[in-house]
Amino acid sequence: MLYREAGDFKTSYTSDNQTFPIRFDRYGYYFVLGVAFLIMPLILNDYWTNALVVPFLIYTIAALGLNILIGYCGQLSLGTGGFMAVGAYASYKLMTGFPDLNIVFVILLSGLITAGVGVLFGLPSLRIKGFYLAVATLAAQFFLIWLFTRTPWFFNYSPTGMISAPTRTIFGVPVTGASASAVSMYMVCLVFLVALAWLARNLTRGTLGRQWMAIRDMDIAAEIIGVNPLWSKLTAFAVSSFYIGIAGALLFTVYLGAAEAGEAFGIDKSFLVLFMVIIGGLGSIFGAFAGAFFLIAGPVLLKIMLVDNLGWPTDLAAHLEIMIIGALIIVTLILEPHGIAALWRTIKEKLRLWPFPY
Amino acid sequence: MLDTQPDEGYTTADGRKIGGVAMEMKNITLRFGGVVAIKDISFDIRWGEVRAIIGPNGAGKSSMLNVISGFYNPQEGEIIYKGYRRPRMRPYQVARTGIARTFQNIALFEGMSVLDNIMTGRLNHMKANIFQQALWWGAAQREEEENREKVEKVIDFLEIQHIRKTPVARLPYGLKKRVELARALAAEPSILLLDEPMAGMNVEEKEDMCRFILDVNDEFGTTIVLIEHDMGVVMDLSDRVVVMDYGKKIGDGTPDEVRNNEEVIKAYLGVTDD
Repeated sequence: MLYREAGDFKTSYTSDNQTFPIRFDRYGYYFVLGVAFLIMPLILNDYWTNALVVPFLIYTIAALGLNILIGYCGQLSLGTGGFMAVGAYASYKLMTGFPDLNIVFVILLSGLITAGVGVLFGLPSLRIKGFYLAVATLAAQFFLIWLFTRTPWFFNYSPTGMISAPTRTIFGVPVTGASASAVSMYMVCLVFLVALAWLARNLTRGTLGRQWMAIRDMDIAAEIIGVNPLWSKLTAFAVSSFYIGIAGALLFTVYLGAAEAGEAFGIDKSFLVLFMVIIGGLGSIFGAFAGAFFLIAGPVLLKIMLVDNLGWPTDLAAHLEIMIIGALIIVTLILEPHGIAALWRTIKEKLRLWPFPY
Repeated sequence: MLDTQPDEGYTTADGRKIGGVAMEMKNITLRFGGVVAIKDISFDIRWGEVRAIIGPNGAGKSSMLNVISGFYNPQEGEIIYKGYRRPRMRPYQVARTGIARTFQNIALFEGMSVLDNIMTGRLNHMKANIFQQALWWGAAQREEEENREKVEKVIDFLEIQHIRKTPVARLPYGLKKRVELARALAAEPSILLLDEPMAGMNVEEKEDMCRFILDVNDEFGTTIVLIEHDMGVVMDLSDRVVVMDYGKKIGDGTPDEVRNNEEVIKAYLGVTDD
């Protein structure tokens, strides 16, 4: 009886427009934020931070970005890995070129640079749609990785071709490099994720979000009612690439510490984020979280179950893991083609009537 | 804008004021490759009137509407709107000059709620920039609420309060048509183009739709251009009728004049010449 909207009357458009119109949802949201900011830092250890929590936070940012492009604006992209690489290499060049620049600005600027590159590769979307656009963005993926592995300027002529993040601090606490603690890594990624998720929610519920969705659902009708297709598609590419660039910069500076374009940001990363978006739910902010959790936590939990609890050999478990995750993806898509977010919506609608469904 | 040419206005039998010429088509010709869809057509639309375009299938009615809404650019001829010659425009630019339309096959945004669909009709009245929207601050929030209020008025007017938050994909056909009209009305257009607003509806739904169209014209003074196949509806609703056949204009005038026009009767009944 806690979860109900009956009797919860809205008396202004502001309260009707809020993100969590049901009181129980609202308290749940505050509770999750409280746990994330106050309790998690106390109980996190190095293993969980590195294996699960930080990758989850970073990939959620990337999934949010791709969801804006595919889920909200309907423009298919397979260039995510390449755009993450742009974010990573931009942050590397900024960190080595301007050692005094604060890491927060480095990451934000990397996002902006990626946004610019994203707009450039988004230009074909004005002419081509659907699978053809996907192929064009796939070209972006291969071109960008080729550029970063073949142009020594991008990795500062290092003989290995690797880029590695020097130590940078926020308020005197190291957040990148070898001396960064698990908690500081976690907090940086969490703050970026919460801020970006909030911005994404605002963008998608307002005029711009409606323009994107109009283009997604029926571009001809959208243009007839006054949506400028050029503007809405390019803003979607810009915002999406901004998010993906920040995810790439965080992945390199905070999480990996050292990276090589082809290995860290290959085509498999593009597909990983795409799967997150599809499994989580297209056109849903919650879906980005759910999809990223499913695909990051799934393998980790399976490994713990198979190797640590059942004592199976690691290589066998690794192969089984791939098969089980693959099967789970297929099963999820058959049972709920609109992703985990749609499942969650259905549960919510049932709950609204519960326990008196008449 | 009603008094651009005040001397030309007149008052209808039921007391509505019809103003001067709002839009004038001059010798419009539209070709698709070798096919001539519209051939040298001229007619005008006056402020405040209900103007119907009728004709057999394939006569070029929808093409004419697409020319007005900027979806097609005619090869020849010009459009005089609000006293000025209209340059070549993209459809979204035409929308910003105060022309809204509905489609023959419903063109709603299926993935969005009814409310969001109608809110898209207010796009041209919302000016907050991307940063204000991202922060949901200042102009963004204020505009959202002001425009929500306008949209709620349209929702009340068309009696669709109960489906406000329903995803459009779940609605039955008749209601979808009504939501589409709501989206066009939310834009507060000067000229409203309706492409077969009553196609596929039952008698009751048709009556509702007729009532809404007349109310829109009456209460907001919106100029309406509609294409319709139901002759009873057309003759009852419209002030003046253009009749098209094979891309040519074969009649133009009040419903009574058109009804008695030899060529129109021929086109509709298929009388042979001998």
